[in-house]
Amino acid sequence: MLKILAAVIRRDLLLAFRQRSDVLNTLFFFVVVVTLVPLGVGPETNLLRTIAPGVVWVAALLAAMLSLARLFASDHADGALEQLLLSPEPLPLLVLGKAAAHWLVTGLPLTLVSVVLSIQFDLAADAALVLAVSLALGTPVLSLIGAVGAALTLGLRGGGVLISLLVLPLYVPVLIIGAGAVEATAAGLDAQGYLLLLAGMLLFAAVLTPWAVAAALRISVE
Amino acid sequence: MLEAAGLECVRGERTLFSRLDFRVEPGTLLRVAGPNGTGKTSLLKLVCGLLSPAAGEIRWQGENIRRLHEEYRRHLLYLGHLPAVKDDLTVLENLHVACAVAGRPVTGAAARAALAELGLDGFEDTHARFLSQGQRRRIGLARLFVSGAARLWVLDEPFTALDVHGVARLTALVGSHVSAGNMVMLTTHQEAAIAAPRTEVVELGPRRPPAC
Repeated sequence: MLKILAAVIRRDLLLAFRQRSDVLNTLFFFVVVVTLVPLGVGPETNLLRTIAPGVVWVAALLAAMLSLARLFASDHADGALEQLLLSPEPLPLLVLGKAAAHWLVTGLPLTLVSVVLSIQFDLAADAALVLAVSLALGTPVLSLIGAVGAALTLGLRGGGVLISLLVLPLYVPVLIIGAGAVEATAAGLDAQGYLLLLAGMLLFAAVLTPWAVAAALRISVE
Repeated sequence: MLEAAGLECVRGERTLFSRLDFRVEPGTLLRVAGPNGTGKTSLLKLVCGLLSPAAGEIRWQGENIRRLHEEYRRHLLYLGHLPAVKDDLTVLENLHVACAVAGRPVTGAAARAALAELGLDGFEDTHARFLSQGQRRRIGLARLFVSGAARLWVLDEPFTALDVHGVARLTALVGSHVSAGNMVMLTTHQEAAIAAPRTEVVELGPRRPPAC
């Protein structure tokens, strides 16, 4: 079981490593969007501190969206998706592996770089830490929910726009709670409740979305 | 044993074939014949479970493949039109990855031997994007040499883009797989003489008399 999970993750990481520009594009997009805001708003530290959680989270959401269309598209185009569907291993497990690999090359770098970016917003150290933790818990949820959208829109014309319409509404709870955790910390409150909620969402998504993706993929190849 | 009973395939608005029955016993080579657009590839995809039939069912050892799921796919090896070859991976990595996803991991030595069988030795560390169409095809076909427990091979136009030597190598391999008591189902436009204990043909086509 774990062997096949590791095999799929290794495969997708290897492919991502060979197409580094795709990965760097997503990260660069995130960095640029987050950086543009303080430049546009000006050096008003109080305002920047207030908007920081929302800006970083919205940028993370959009960056995750950007990379979604590629999640299954190349496998669909070269026939590897058929082979995934015909694997004797459970398909939800393979899907979980793909989502995990997607997170490792998009969500994880965003999380790490967010610590540096929060300096631009003059975030206190504890708020910056909570921001990173909330992204670490929240971005995997984005990858998992996004995988459902990517699987549903596979092979459709204008799939990119459709993914946004399908997936962005489902991202709203993650956005509210993720940004809420940082705001609470900045206001001197305890963020533990928010983070636990995010962790709960992550578990919920990790257990349920692979089944939805598997079903959607089977429909997409017909 | 693989059986199809009363199969009907509808793509879009068109009925490609209906009331199709056939049986594949161990040690049988089943050739699917017919002009372009008569549903050969669709039939193979039905057999793999990638498409679902509009009517009828496909049974493996007497059980509908819809209910068998992973248990059936363990015995199945499908090579489709698309070679499932990743441009950005090397030849050796492609084979390793394909086998790992299929749940039949191979050792480095076995993978190299399989590639050598198809004349890809010396190309192991070449990226697939630099290979010719026929060579890319061979990467997919190399999986047949390390197919392990797969008893049923479903091959869609396996001879496409292969040279004379490649065709001969593949014919011999398919023949020996069938002779060992396994099953092969394939489509081809070339008349390849495959030495098999038993060869059957399913003829698809617009003028096929209704089987009733």
